[in-house]
Amino acid sequence: MSDALVLQSAPAVTSGDPLDTNPWPRLYLNGHWTLSEYQQLLKQTAAPTQTPRSLDASGLKSIDTAGATLLLDLLGAETLGALVESATGLSDERRALLQMVAQSMRDREQPAAPEHRWGDGLESLGVLTVSGWQQLMQFFAFTGLTITSLLTLLPRPWRWRWTALVAQMQQAGLNAVPIVALLNFLVGAVVAFLGATVLAQFGATIYTVDLVAYAFMRELGVLLAAILLAGRTASAFTAQIGSMKVNEELDALKVQGLSAIELLVIPRLLALVITLPILGFIAILSGIAGGAMVAVLSLDISLTQFIGIVQQVPLLHLWLGLAKAPVFAVLIALIGCLEGFKVGGSAQSVGERTTASVVQCIFVVILLDAVAALFYMEMDW
Amino acid sequence: MSADSVVIRVRGLVNTFGSNTVHKDLDLDISRGEILGVVGGSGTGKSVLLRSIVGLLRPSSGEVEVFGKNLLTLSSQERALTERRFGVLFQQGALFSSLTVLENIALPLIEHARLNRAQATRLARVKLALAGLPANAGHLYPATLSGGMIKRAALARALALDPEILFLDEPTAGLDPIGAAAFDQLLLTLRDAFNLTVFMVTHDLDTLYASCDRVAVISQKKVLIADTLENVAANPDPWIQSYFHGPRGRAAATAATGNAA
Repeated sequence: MSDALVLQSAPAVTSGDPLDTNPWPRLYLNGHWTLSEYQQLLKQTAAPTQTPRSLDASGLKSIDTAGATLLLDLLGAETLGALVESATGLSDERRALLQMVAQSMRDREQPAAPEHRWGDGLESLGVLTVSGWQQLMQFFAFTGLTITSLLTLLPRPWRWRWTALVAQMQQAGLNAVPIVALLNFLVGAVVAFLGATVLAQFGATIYTVDLVAYAFMRELGVLLAAILLAGRTASAFTAQIGSMKVNEELDALKVQGLSAIELLVIPRLLALVITLPILGFIAILSGIAGGAMVAVLSLDISLTQFIGIVQQVPLLHLWLGLAKAPVFAVLIALIGCLEGFKVGGSAQSVGERTTASVVQCIFVVILLDAVAALFYMEMDW
Repeated sequence: MSADSVVIRVRGLVNTFGSNTVHKDLDLDISRGEILGVVGGSGTGKSVLLRSIVGLLRPSSGEVEVFGKNLLTLSSQERALTERRFGVLFQQGALFSSLTVLENIALPLIEHARLNRAQATRLARVKLALAGLPANAGHLYPATLSGGMIKRAALARALALDPEILFLDEPTAGLDPIGAAAFDQLLLTLRDAFNLTVFMVTHDLDTLYASCDRVAVISQKKVLIADTLENVAANPDPWIQSYFHGPRGRAAATAATGNAA
């Protein structure tokens, strides 16, 4: 196969030919020029040292576009096109193939691949900062848009979408009850164990009950429910709206004069605002139940005693905890929906946006919870 | 039609979805080097037939042989080897949306032909040019392409491994008439250059007249007739009559004879 491409200079006999019909130097094309031989060919062939004037392909056994491309790279589109025209031993099909490849690549400047420069890192940091700022502004704009739509809808009860609302409440709320309850029950048990371990050293095991009750009413119940909702529902919102965008369904809504905010965002927003406080309440109860189980089974505190202590916790703490739920709900719903609207045209973009939505929701929920804890403490609540 | 020139052989194909029978005892032969156009009303199972042949769909019963082998009974390795010998252009293009056009075309070259990235990209550029796309389209993502460009990019990907059989699902749908005519021409040139066998599902009468050697009509759950265009058009079946001799059919026929003259 080493003779795949041979350039032969003029033999002495024909040197007397007039220059324009002189077929030398002549290029001989041999063997298999196919994709399976491509690696071999790359190693064995080199661009001819002189521009050949004619081509003999009678030794060519097979050729495909890969071989044709290699030939094109070695000879250049102009030369190849001219050679193929007058080539001997070339079947019509192969002539057509070579000509088509030469033709399609003629006068075709390849765009240079983007260069890597120093300072690219700095540039991407800048791009990141600006886009972060823009995302924040976008979030505020989206919030405003949703609030105005909500206000225009409020006095028009005939445009309220009860079916969508109830469907979303079922998906985001009712279907989440088992996992929320189970998770909080387990965390409640863990907190009780933790409290018992630490407090036993002071002979104050009984205060484990207070620890569990305060922790779940003020903080953990609603926080854990919100984090679960961020992972479970915000991602669903983003993926639903994002796929609708990929399918041009959002455009279809728009050209029919329907508002995507009214149809898609508001039912989801209201559903979360209604269900998250309820889920939060269920979470608090399950957490305390988890604590009760540990207290009864391994701390020798009777159930009556446990309930008696829980009843002495001021109700204020329950309200302080539950008050955060609607705020979390609004943020989760808005971020989830907005990220859905930001999806570009591709499947990858749906994935990226879903990830972003979950991360943002969890971050915002925890941040806000910390701020609220600080605020409550400063207020001496 | 000699037996060894048959590359696709379908015998007694039955496809049922629930209670809905799409194909019943469907027979079809496709011989090497021909361009077969498959026509039929909407919902007659043209795409289902294509999916059955390329092995994406397990038929309820019946046999499908490609290159004399039944894809569904092959080992996965043999099957991959056979599948490498055909290229499929899906109706919506089905380009991988997370890859650029060049990467889409280069992927099978890297995976199957064991080329390195630079070599594969070099070959991909030529396929891009063969499919009639401008060089700067190579670095774009599918989401930013127009419908016609997606078709061409998908064709370039289908041609990446120089397949022996090309399956096209409505290749000219969504192309402007000039683009569609160029596509017909491209198909003929490719067929001549590669001795390509083409299985083409189409609604485009102009494409049928311009490039198909034979036309198979799917109706009443089977291949009603598979023959040259003249013979098919002369068939007395009412659906065929209204298909080829309706206003659009007449216009395409006139255009085709006008070109020939």
